[in-house]
Amino acid sequence: MLDADFFRRWMTVAAASVDREADRLTALDAAIGDADHGSNLQRGFRAVTAALEKEATDTPGAVLTLAGRQLISTVGGAAGPLYGTLLRRSGKALGDAAEVGTPQLAEALRAGVDGVMALGGAAPGDKTMLDALIPAVDALADGFAAARAAAEAGAVATVPLQARKGRASYLGERSIGHQDPGATSSALLIAALEEAASGAEGSR
Amino acid sequence: MSDGKPVGIVLVSHSAEVAASVAELAKGLAGGAEAVPVAAAGGREGGGLGTSAELISAAAASADRGGGVAVLTDLGSAVLTVKALLAEGDELPEGTRLVDAPFLEGAVAAVVTAATGAGLDAVEAAATEAYGYRKV
Repeated sequence: MLDADFFRRWMTVAAASVDREADRLTALDAAIGDADHGSNLQRGFRAVTAALEKEATDTPGAVLTLAGRQLISTVGGAAGPLYGTLLRRSGKALGDAAEVGTPQLAEALRAGVDGVMALGGAAPGDKTMLDALIPAVDALADGFAAARAAAEAGAVATVPLQARKGRASYLGERSIGHQDPGATSSALLIAALEEAASGAEGSR
Repeated sequence: MSDGKPVGIVLVSHSAEVAASVAELAKGLAGGAEAVPVAAAGGREGGGLGTSAELISAAAASADRGGGVAVLTDLGSAVLTVKALLAEGDELPEGTRLVDAPFLEGAVAAVVTAATGAGLDAVEAAATEAYGYRKV
């Protein structure tokens, strides 16, 4: 079972991954976006870890809800409301349970992904974070490693796609041939689940 | 018509200068519109291009006179942040609405309409109709 400690570890590992990969995320965003994805997410996840250190969170749902609120407040780009909605909706779906199993987490993340789709209006194949998140949630029943592999494959699979949402969509066909920064950061977030479960906090 | 309480207007842009200037322009074209609270929420807190949920919440609170608040946005994260805040339910004043409108033309239409004492529905309709204002 996954308790609040696990979810705090997930957010801490995700923050460390974003720190480590910030330059790469920004470089991907420079190709088809406005070159701020890495630095924006870095600011957001630093605020998440700071808030989790300061505020007591007793349940998995409370951890994700707090993290989501921080991301909406601090990221400053579209990733803020999108990731914020993902985590906050997932957190609300987990309710007050002190511990949750992987099936409940998958169900909650599905609710979060639905929230992201409603907010941004994107569909699978539009070259967005959804292209990593949806396969990851689908694979979660087979474990965190499977979810991670699915998310990473989904992110790589955005390379030949044409962007249909966000600033990259203005580029039309010129967005083809670049990996989507949002799908890439989503893969980091899912990979952090596996790392949090292995207890190897921030050591990769 | 509203019951005497003016509709507040909040202008959200990636740029602090754009939000403030459009607010000034809209108020100027509305002949001052002293009674209409217009608040700008531009850029990130502490400067830089982007969107700040904190600035949006503060602007909405300052523009709220009880007659509802019409929020107009420019692009991308400005739209998504307002929608995310509205979905939360308690971060923006009661009666706050994201208005689907072109930013500048919609802002002028919204402020001019609000200055007549019109309610939120009429302000929203006027701002949205600004999409149909052809220049050629």
